[in-house]
Amino acid sequence: MTDSDPVRLYRTVRLIRRFEERAIELVDAGEIVGGIHPYLGQEGVAAGVCAALRPGDLVTGTHRGHGHVLAKGADPARMLAELCGRVTGLNRGRGGSMHAADFGVGVLGANAIVGAAGAILTGAVWARRRRGDDVVGATFFGDGAVNEGMLLEAFNLAALWRVPVLFVCENNGYATTMPVDGAVAGTIAGRAAAFGMPTVTVDGQDPETVREATAAAVARMRAGGGPELVEARTYRFDAHHTFEHRVRLDYRPPEEVAAARRRDPVLIQGDRLPAADRAAVDAEVEATLDAAVDFALASPAPDPATALDHLYASGLTARTGGG
Amino acid sequence: MPRLSYRRALTRALADEMTRDGSVFLLGEDIRVAAASVTTGLLKKFGPERVLDTPLSEQAFTSFATGAALAGARPVIEFQIPSLLFLVFEQIVNHAHKFPLMTGGQCAVPVTYLVPGSGSRTGWAGQHSDHPYSLFAHVGVTTVVPATPADAYGLLVSAIRCDDPVVVFAPAGALDVRADVTDLAPVPLGRGVVRRPGSDVTVVAVGHLVHDALAVAGELAGQVSVEVFDPRTLYPFDWDGLLDSVSRTGRLVVVDDSNRSCGIAGEIIATVVERVPLAAPPRRVTRPDGAVLPFAPALDRAVQPGRDQLTAAIQLTCKDG
Ligand SMILES: Cc1ncc(C[n+]2csc(CCOP(=O)(O)OP(=O)(O)O)c2C)c(N)n1
Ligand SMILES: [Mg+2]
Repeated sequence: MTDSDPVRLYRTVRLIRRFEERAIELVDAGEIVGGIHPYLGQEGVAAGVCAALRPGDLVTGTHRGHGHVLAKGADPARMLAELCGRVTGLNRGRGGSMHAADFGVGVLGANAIVGAAGAILTGAVWARRRRGDDVVGATFFGDGAVNEGMLLEAFNLAALWRVPVLFVCENNGYATTMPVDGAVAGTIAGRAAAFGMPTVTVDGQDPETVREATAAAVARMRAGGGPELVEARTYRFDAHHTFEHRVRLDYRPPEEVAAARRRDPVLIQGDRLPAADRAAVDAEVEATLDAAVDFALASPAPDPATALDHLYASGLTARTGGG
Repeated sequence: MPRLSYRRALTRALADEMTRDGSVFLLGEDIRVAAASVTTGLLKKFGPERVLDTPLSEQAFTSFATGAALAGARPVIEFQIPSLLFLVFEQIVNHAHKFPLMTGGQCAVPVTYLVPGSGSRTGWAGQHSDHPYSLFAHVGVTTVVPATPADAYGLLVSAIRCDDPVVVFAPAGALDVRADVTDLAPVPLGRGVVRRPGSDVTVVAVGHLVHDALAVAGELAGQVSVEVFDPRTLYPFDWDGLLDSVSRTGRLVVVDDSNRSCGIAGEIIATVVERVPLAAPPRRVTRPDGAVLPFAPALDRAVQPGRDQLTAAIQLTCKDG
């Protein structure tokens, strides 16, 4: 199967969708503490972008980052174990939902400081290419992040030094409860264009559209081009964070949510498959997630005596806090 | 014996490490022309690929260095002004420092943050005269403040070789120090040194204040026998070395160019009194709480820890108990 295989793209969006639904169940069951920022509704963006990348390419994700990590190829079982705070998790239970990282598949981490990851990824891609590695990067961020100065500084550095980083703005219309129109002067694409970057605004609900736009940008970047920006118009179907399941916040008209939910990336991609193929993928995803849940819940919690392990890569040990 | 200036010691350390390890590179503002006289000659020797002049984007280039380090490079960032560390506290603390633990040990972030001219530069006033090393010790980023040319060389070399982020403060008050240096060698991080042995009181002095402490110890020589302890690294601190000294002298004075509240002097005193019975209450000489260095030279000096204050603190501590 090739990367453009519609089945493969469907498998990714379906996996993310069901992963998030299972994760929410585990939040409700008290197995995932601290809640999550569900990626529901935005699956087409991570799936489409990562389908156009190679395994060795690098990505950074966001606080709403499960989709990015899964789409880049992390093991769903170890990802779920991470959310449950188990030693078998991707980060050995040290990162959780907002910091899941898998350097082995090129995920330099979900990052919970809005707007912060773009500069990190730019430096990483620059350093790898300087060593002669043919890699490009994609850094995901929300519409809220475009008002963080450090991200705009990263736009400039990447463009100035022609570092092949795809800046992927997931414009889901809101930063928590703040609508884009109340926060962004000018346009998101216009900001990248001001640094001389090619930009494209696409329908983020269609995984194929996102993949095609990304593939075109990545091809230009691999041929020596500088950074580009893709603005994917999308919508989050669920809460900003699962705390909203308990505390209702009034900021999106119900009709708006209902209308947006009709453009569902999982259904859009699923409809492109013969029914039998689709059912086979669904069953496969379900089996994968059943196994993932079993694996996560059966995994041991980390030993409190190891709480400061990995604080220093140099082997330095920190004083503990007791009297 | 060759005389080596503190600045040139930094230059030598950068050049030696860049020669030894191709993954080391420099970035910062106006470093190609060596505006701070630290990167002198390095562009010519190593080329523009390894000596990067950056736009004025401290936040982006600090995290750029984090990313480069995650990808296997060893960046050294030169900051023009100590107060710029406040701009990039986010990038250093939230990302560079936290990545190894948050990722469960999947990565290392070997970045060196070099701050030539930290503390008062005399006449540079409020936004160019900070000395925020205690903040980095507080968050647990390896923090060194070399006092001498040999240590400037040796600690910078060790900082670059360290697999964790390290902030190197090169105090403005020490940059013009010259010394006879026979052999240049790495100085281990986390190891202090007794600069002058004594038996009545231990004076811990940080950075350029080591030279003030030595001068005061010399002046007091007839009356009080002062041991001067230079921690060199503030985090991780050489507690064993300091406790050994204080166990012998039984008295402690700390002179530290931090603001008083939550400055490293407070931590040093707290740790010593937890561990060693003292003959007299310990004292500290610091900047005042919340200090902003005023411009006029007399005011600037008035806010920094001075030799007179140190002398008075030593005398009081030795009279007590
Ligand atoms: C620098 C920073 N400011 C504030 C927050 C708190 N916060 C977390 S997510 C969020 C909204 C982000 O909006 P957006 O970038 O549009 O992403 P979305 O949540 O819509 O996916 C905020 C304000 C943060 N994590 N980081
Ligand atoms: Mg948003």
